[in-house]
Amino acid sequence: MTIYNLTLAELRTRLDSRELSAVEVTTAYLDRIAATNHEINSFITTCNETAMAEALAADQALAAGDIAPLTGLPIAVKDIFNTTGLPTTCASNILKNYIAPYDATAIARIKAQRAVIVGKLNMDEFAMGSSNENSAFGAVRNPWNFKHVPGGSSGGSAACIAARQAAAALGTDTGGSIRQPASHCGVVGLKPTYGRVSRYGVVAYASSLDQVGPLTRDVRDCALMLQAIAGYDPADSTSVDTPTPDYQASLTGDLKGLRIGLPQEYFIEGLDSDVRKAVAQATATYRELGAEIIEVTLPHTAYAVACYYLIATAEASSNLARYDGVRYGLRAGNAENLIDMYMQSRAAGFGTEVKRRIMLGTYALSSGYYDAYYLKAQKVRTLIRQDFLNAFEKVDTLLAPVAPTPAFALGEKVNDPMQMYLSDIYTIPANLAGTCAMSLPCGFSTEGLPIGLQLIGKPFDEVTMLRTAYAFEQATEWHKRKPEF
Amino acid sequence: MKITRAEVEHVGRLARLALTDKELDSLTHEMDAILDYVEQLKALNTDGIVPTAHAVPMENAFRTDEIKTSFTPEQALSNAPDAAESAFRVRRVIE
Repeated sequence: MTIYNLTLAELRTRLDSRELSAVEVTTAYLDRIAATNHEINSFITTCNETAMAEALAADQALAAGDIAPLTGLPIAVKDIFNTTGLPTTCASNILKNYIAPYDATAIARIKAQRAVIVGKLNMDEFAMGSSNENSAFGAVRNPWNFKHVPGGSSGGSAACIAARQAAAALGTDTGGSIRQPASHCGVVGLKPTYGRVSRYGVVAYASSLDQVGPLTRDVRDCALMLQAIAGYDPADSTSVDTPTPDYQASLTGDLKGLRIGLPQEYFIEGLDSDVRKAVAQATATYRELGAEIIEVTLPHTAYAVACYYLIATAEASSNLARYDGVRYGLRAGNAENLIDMYMQSRAAGFGTEVKRRIMLGTYALSSGYYDAYYLKAQKVRTLIRQDFLNAFEKVDTLLAPVAPTPAFALGEKVNDPMQMYLSDIYTIPANLAGTCAMSLPCGFSTEGLPIGLQLIGKPFDEVTMLRTAYAFEQATEWHKRKPEF
Repeated sequence: MKITRAEVEHVGRLARLALTDKELDSLTHEMDAILDYVEQLKALNTDGIVPTAHAVPMENAFRTDEIKTSFTPEQALSNAPDAAESAFRVRRVIE
């Protein structure tokens, strides 16, 4: 038995029966990270000392019978979550030396269960990117093929799960940043409904779209992680005060009477033939499992990318105004006056893509352009959201590709921002609509790269979406494959 | 052209970003391409459509007005690039 190949659920059983201790599990993972991180670059910070202390505390709790679902389980988190005493860089030079004085709510919740945090994960700077190439700490490589990107922006989160460097990870998803890397790395990734999980203590990118979610090896683990982080938090005014269902209980495997919608607009020209084939095969599997497959239409899909890049950049330009070199973060030393200090600090601290988005967002909000760009995009967002609500009157969940292609090559799209943005065409709409969506493994390309299947659920109905995902996983073996290295 | 170099320079000042000549050149080119792409939204008739600011209907979140523990001055200043006494220190603002 290799410890780092076990799932959260398998580790839980062995910790509860004392077959393994939290210290043994943590040691196995820290060794695995030390042996593999130079190849993947998925971690920005590893925290062996605090991890071992947390593992010891978990073992004491286990011995005392004080056991929560995540007690003693090794979890890594995207470097966008504030974690007391550890650097939180957001993969940016502007926050390179930032040490948060408090924990994000999602972190506090997994810590309260005595999970062991093994490190902080690489990402696109400020979660802006689809390839993890926009990191001040270097690109992350796809564990299935080092010449390919892991996807982004939670590229480190997805790669670390595929590479068996942590049993579960936390990421964030603003336009696909959990689902697209999960798809490219062959792991499970879930973006909850907007408002389901608190964003308190999570570095903000686009506040009307950002959502926290888990990346895991299978659907059961995903449900376990979602259970731990979901729920109302008074510290996040956008978190919704609604009961959190029992997600484990939703994993029945029963699809009787389930209606699955295929959005026609997602199966268009530009969809890679391997991806098309894998998704068609998944559709056939669902039919065999007893689900009813219904064609639906989301007529405004083609406008989603344009709508997103106006709304997200506008919100980003506002959110990132806080990096002024006064209270925290990088301050340029050679400034003549206060305004110059702001301008020099921001110029020195932000990377190319972050500057590009701040500029676009500032322009979209600037005097004379607000109505034509930002307000227009918000109106189009209403139409996109209405498309989903209409579709959900006919079906319980939607089935679609996650990304138009398998993971592309490192460097392939860096010089063409528009091409990079278009790789999020199938994930962005769920963020604009605010609904839940997830990616789960459904096949491999002829080149041997993983392909993900996207399920898009009704708002606040993660239960049906997880049930649908679990039934597929039970019927297939894709989630059991792992990269050889 | 959707945007000129001079406009990009102006937006850079609004965004408090000191941009190099090279950055101004590439941003003008890239923003122009992106603005050209988002132009397609104009084709949609959105008369009478209510804008969506948040996908989930939301009301203002109030809390009771009571004193809670907050950061100590030391915690609040722990990441300050420059601090003096209980304050963040910056260059002189008023001459």
